Amino acid sequence: MCTLEKRGNLFILTFTGEDQHRFNPNVIGSLLSLLSQVKAEATRGSALITQAQGKFFSNGFDLDWAQAAGSEQGAAERLHHMVDLFKPVIAALLSLPMPTVAAITGHAAAVGFVLALSHDYLIMRKDRGVLYMSEVDIALTIPDYFNALFREKIGDASVRRDFLLRGLKMKGDEAEKRGVVEAAYGGEAEVKQASVHLAENLGKRKWHGEVYAEIRKGLYPQLSAILGLTHKAYTIARL
Amino acid sequence: MCSLEKRGNLFILILTGQNGEHRLNPNLFSSIISALSRAKAQPTRGSALVTVSHGKFFCNGFDLDWVNAAGSDEETQQRFNLLLDYLKQLVLAFISLPMPTIAAVNGHAAAGGIVLALCHDYVLMRRHRSVLYMIDLDLGIKIPEPFMALFRAKISGSARRDLLLRGLKIKGEEALKMGIVEAVYDGEEEVTNAGIKMADDLAKRNWHGEVYAEIRKGLYSELCDILGIASIPIATPKL
Repeated sequence: MCTLEKRGNLFILTFTGEDQHRFNPNVIGSLLSLLSQVKAEATRGSALITQAQGKFFSNGFDLDWAQAAGSEQGAAERLHHMVDLFKPVIAALLSLPMPTVAAITGHAAAVGFVLALSHDYLIMRKDRGVLYMSEVDIALTIPDYFNALFREKIGDASVRRDFLLRGLKMKGDEAEKRGVVEAAYGGEAEVKQASVHLAENLGKRKWHGEVYAEIRKGLYPQLSAILGLTHKAYTIARL
Repeated sequence: MCSLEKRGNLFILILTGQNGEHRLNPNLFSSIISALSRAKAQPTRGSALVTVSHGKFFCNGFDLDWVNAAGSDEETQQRFNLLLDYLKQLVLAFISLPMPTIAAVNGHAAAGGIVLALCHDYVLMRRHRSVLYMIDLDLGIKIPEPFMALFRAKISGSARRDLLLRGLKIKGEEALKMGIVEAVYDGEEEVTNAGIKMADDLAKRNWHGEVYAEIRKGLYSELCDILGIASIPIATPKL
């Protein structure tokens, strides 16, 4: 499912196994718990990298689990439940007192893409993997906090429209060109290497974690509001 | 005025009439809004709509001759306000249309004509002999809030300022670079055919019309708030 390891100043969160790394209530609980752990152990100079094994970063919510409810109504309720359960995950990432990097070595779809997008920096593969909001293709509307995330993270209206209204499957090259990801690299090893490199460089700045988190929340006020996060003003005398 | 043609799953809205500039007056507005209602009333899964025009103009904005033919200053203002109201209804009708929409801009578009084009999900344009001109600034006419919200929703960055605050006559290539249009084509026939082809490609995605419209409303939530419409969550997924 998901594991957390510490490598020097880096926290490395990994979705393990060769499966689609889909999120159901159990996995979401696990993820939330690990993020709490990261927050508790944070120090100046910390950084987080989220990565995955196999062909997928994450292919979204566990729709099989939703469907196992046995009825259309039941499936819709389970889906809605997972959408609600995932809000604290995004909130945790948005409030994490350290820089965050998503090392996207495989496909990131729906809430999987949303999870990646909730990191400060996205690094992706050029040769494999797509970013994809599948909702329009499977006749699901977009939750309010997904919309807010897209609005505040992706500045280009055409890109937002292409993801949400067109169900575009965007590869690394295009994602880099259109400003969705920081950079795209030729293979899995390169992506992981670049992510570590970026995370270490960010960590070296030794930013005050709480201040970093507050500035981040200030960048995404609508999303923060929807997630119920408040904004604290900070003054520190280190001038 | 306008006619609505059905070609398989495609709706083709054609701006017709001797009025070569296809200026927006109560007749043309009613005609378009009525056509959109007819399109909406039919089954919409796997449909798409493309709006085309012929001649030198796509749509040159409000019929100011009609406005100025009023008997008094008061009536002139009333006529103008009526057109603003109609334009708002037009935006509402397009935003709620349960299918992808494309505007094939074959010629010049000004003011309300640009609003008409931007009501569509995708805008294609002719490379030459076609300019976009927000004439409002040069005429000393303010742009009311619902239409400002449309510009904010659809156009990003400095392009928005250049379109609204600079009185520019924007040609095809420039409009493409600014992200206002999706693609440019060399002649009226080419842009019209491209519009129809794009509509066909999008229709083949077989999207659930109602869900598509709700995703669109979520994407343009600020505009919807100002227009006073809400988006409804739908979860009838093709699991």
